[in-house]
Amino acid sequence: MQTDLIAEARRQAQICNACRYCEGYCSVFPSLHRERAFSDGDITHLANLCHNCRGCYYACQYTAPHEFDLNIPQALANVRHDSWKALAWPRGFARAFDSNGTLIAAVAVVAFALLFVLIQTLGPSGGAGFYAYLSHGAMVAVFAPAFVLPLIALAVSLGHYWARTGGGAFRLSYLRQAFNSAARMKNLSGGHGDGCNFEDEDRFSQTRRYFHQATLWGFVLCFASTSSGTVLHYGFGVEAPYGLFSLPKMLGVPGGLLLCVGTAGLAWLKSKADPQLGADRVWGGEMAFVLLLFAVSATGLALYIATGTGAVAVLLPVHLATVLTLFLLTPYSKMAHGFYRLAALAQEEARKDRIA
Amino acid sequence: MTDTPLEQADIVVIGGGNAALCAAMTAAEAGARVCILEAAPKPYRGGNSRHTRNFRCMHRGPLGPLIESYTEDEYLADLLKVTGGKTDEALARMVINASEGCLPWMQARGVRFQPSLSGTLSLARTNAFFLGGGKGLVNAYYRTAEKLGVAVRYDAKVTHLEFESNQIVRVDFQENGETRSLTSKAVVVASGGFQADLDWLARAWGPAARNFLIRGTPYNRGEVLSNLLDQGVQQVGDPTQCHAVAIDGRAPKFDGGIVTRLDCVPFSVVVNKHGDRFYDEGEDVWPKRYAIWGRLVAEQPDQVGYAIIDAKALDLFMPSVFPPIKADSLAALAQALGVPADKLETTVHAFNAACNDTSNFHPTQLDGVATTGLEPPKTNWARPIDQAPYYGYSLRTGVTFTYLGLKVDENAQCSVGNQAVSNLWAAGETMAGSILGQGYLAGFGMTIGTVFGRIAGQKAAAYAN
Repeated sequence: MQTDLIAEARRQAQICNACRYCEGYCSVFPSLHRERAFSDGDITHLANLCHNCRGCYYACQYTAPHEFDLNIPQALANVRHDSWKALAWPRGFARAFDSNGTLIAAVAVVAFALLFVLIQTLGPSGGAGFYAYLSHGAMVAVFAPAFVLPLIALAVSLGHYWARTGGGAFRLSYLRQAFNSAARMKNLSGGHGDGCNFEDEDRFSQTRRYFHQATLWGFVLCFASTSSGTVLHYGFGVEAPYGLFSLPKMLGVPGGLLLCVGTAGLAWLKSKADPQLGADRVWGGEMAFVLLLFAVSATGLALYIATGTGAVAVLLPVHLATVLTLFLLTPYSKMAHGFYRLAALAQEEARKDRIA
Repeated sequence: MTDTPLEQADIVVIGGGNAALCAAMTAAEAGARVCILEAAPKPYRGGNSRHTRNFRCMHRGPLGPLIESYTEDEYLADLLKVTGGKTDEALARMVINASEGCLPWMQARGVRFQPSLSGTLSLARTNAFFLGGGKGLVNAYYRTAEKLGVAVRYDAKVTHLEFESNQIVRVDFQENGETRSLTSKAVVVASGGFQADLDWLARAWGPAARNFLIRGTPYNRGEVLSNLLDQGVQQVGDPTQCHAVAIDGRAPKFDGGIVTRLDCVPFSVVVNKHGDRFYDEGEDVWPKRYAIWGRLVAEQPDQVGYAIIDAKALDLFMPSVFPPIKADSLAALAQALGVPADKLETTVHAFNAACNDTSNFHPTQLDGVATTGLEPPKTNWARPIDQAPYYGYSLRTGVTFTYLGLKVDENAQCSVGNQAVSNLWAAGETMAGSILGQGYLAGFGMTIGTVFGRIAGQKAAAYAN
């Protein structure tokens, strides 16, 4: 990892530790105040615990032009991104984090082309719905590895992450508490429940929290929709297309709508927020990722609306290409933040446990 | 609501900290058109309120973040203890009684509280901590004030208030290098003390004051205060005195705030630049003694001291903003600090020889672990300094605030001679000397600012409407 980024975050953390005014905003400060000196692992842990709510920045008496020049959200964002890059596995893909936006575009184009070729050449003679365009077997052949391999890569990275940020025994209760916190986005509540600072300097609002919730839960619903389809297909022999009142549609349509609204909202907020309070170097990549998620949900919904029309021939490869890109890049894009965040929240529980 | 055009303001509030904002919001809520003239640029708005973290609040039962109760009599007794009786008891009781109503009033205007911070458990019952500290409070108040239509001008430095037959008829200020004037119906002065004017400090205290560090804003230069005093407005408070504490000698000249605090003194020996001890480091728990040490260090050559601890004391106090100077021997530490090595060794060895049984050592209470036959003695926490590595901190005098201010009555109104100035009110640090003659009680400055800010805003609005 880049030692200068860690050193800068450590310098700032030491000043915070002598002040403590921000203790109530989020999980970062109580964790920080437990330590007297900060190892590289401690700093990495704090960085991944930080949700970039920015409350501490706008409340800070030591931000520029003060000579202490504190900018905790930025210092931690820089370390956070650097930690993902350093921990990405296989190592050769690590640089993906740096040029995220370009990479997303490149992979999407390749995936799109590939799927288009598949459809043209392997187009099935039978099959209903989408399977009329691309056989079920071909879809599974492409998506099963695209789903499983990134998860394996992520698991390896997270194992390294856990060891680096303190290790210790892993208990399911830690994970349960991590999910509990993430499910409510507790760390974007500002501590007082008024929300976070983001799009309008020091004004607290729930906007970002709600858009993020829509994105998170939208994604979860879409994922559940696909999973339920898989179970219906293999478990019960009920094949797509599914009707509106089927499980995959009941989960997928609201999920797609939530994901659409959430990602559009996040992109809009991001365009208004001060890039200097985040890792401004990767702003473009993060934005590209949000827009990719938007594209996944928007094309998915469009595909549903277009069912039975000729537009499916175009929409299907586009939608599948965005999904494929999302899956393939999960360990190397902003998508990874959710996994690292859960690991950090779990590590925080482990650390509290070790003290008690 | 749109901003009041400056020229149409009924009330000019001078200053941009807690007291000024409380006055401005109160007056605007009463229907007055208000403008704030803040001398600092926007990032530094809020005066010394930026550096505060809590306010002391009376409460008859659990209230917001405050536990149990804190009665008027206990509050007053705490105040009298630190001021040595130099307190206007009637005004103090008024402030204390009003403090209870301030907490919900503050919440309604956007201030959020948090449980007392780690390391400050002793204040959990008496002081309500602002979430994010004083700058968080100031941010919330500016948002609320702007919603109420209060016009805010930054970088607007008031230079003169013109009197005519016992009222203020004009306020002159500089903005963008231009001198401008305003004629409003009423004026509230809430622009703090003069502690950032080193020349004034040096005139009042002596040339040693040039070596002091100023813990707060560089914008409290006392221009408005001196302008009013020069024109005969009644003053209060010892003009030569300031509240000062011992802080990290490496702190910035201005604006170091809370983090420059050093809590290591009770576990150390403190020497001056010649390597000599000069006071009992273990006299009492640190929060009760840090103010004395500001003065003690100010009396030493070059206004500097050095606190020396060893490895076993390092984790006994709140972490410091800068890591301590570290060395493997006392001689090496002396060299790094710029203290004569032989002298420091002699002093520490003499101290170590005077230490007794340390088995009752207890870092958070007066443990009676004392030296014998040493002058000056160390009467608590006296453990030999003998475990390498050794650590040192330089100490300097950090000025918190000055006592000289404007004398006000219970209506926050200023006077010339015995006659009230009909349209001039004061609030906050600039009039705190009316209540607090010496010493300081944690969080009381913000209480005075809030209570008197609200009174000043209310009276000014009643006059202007």
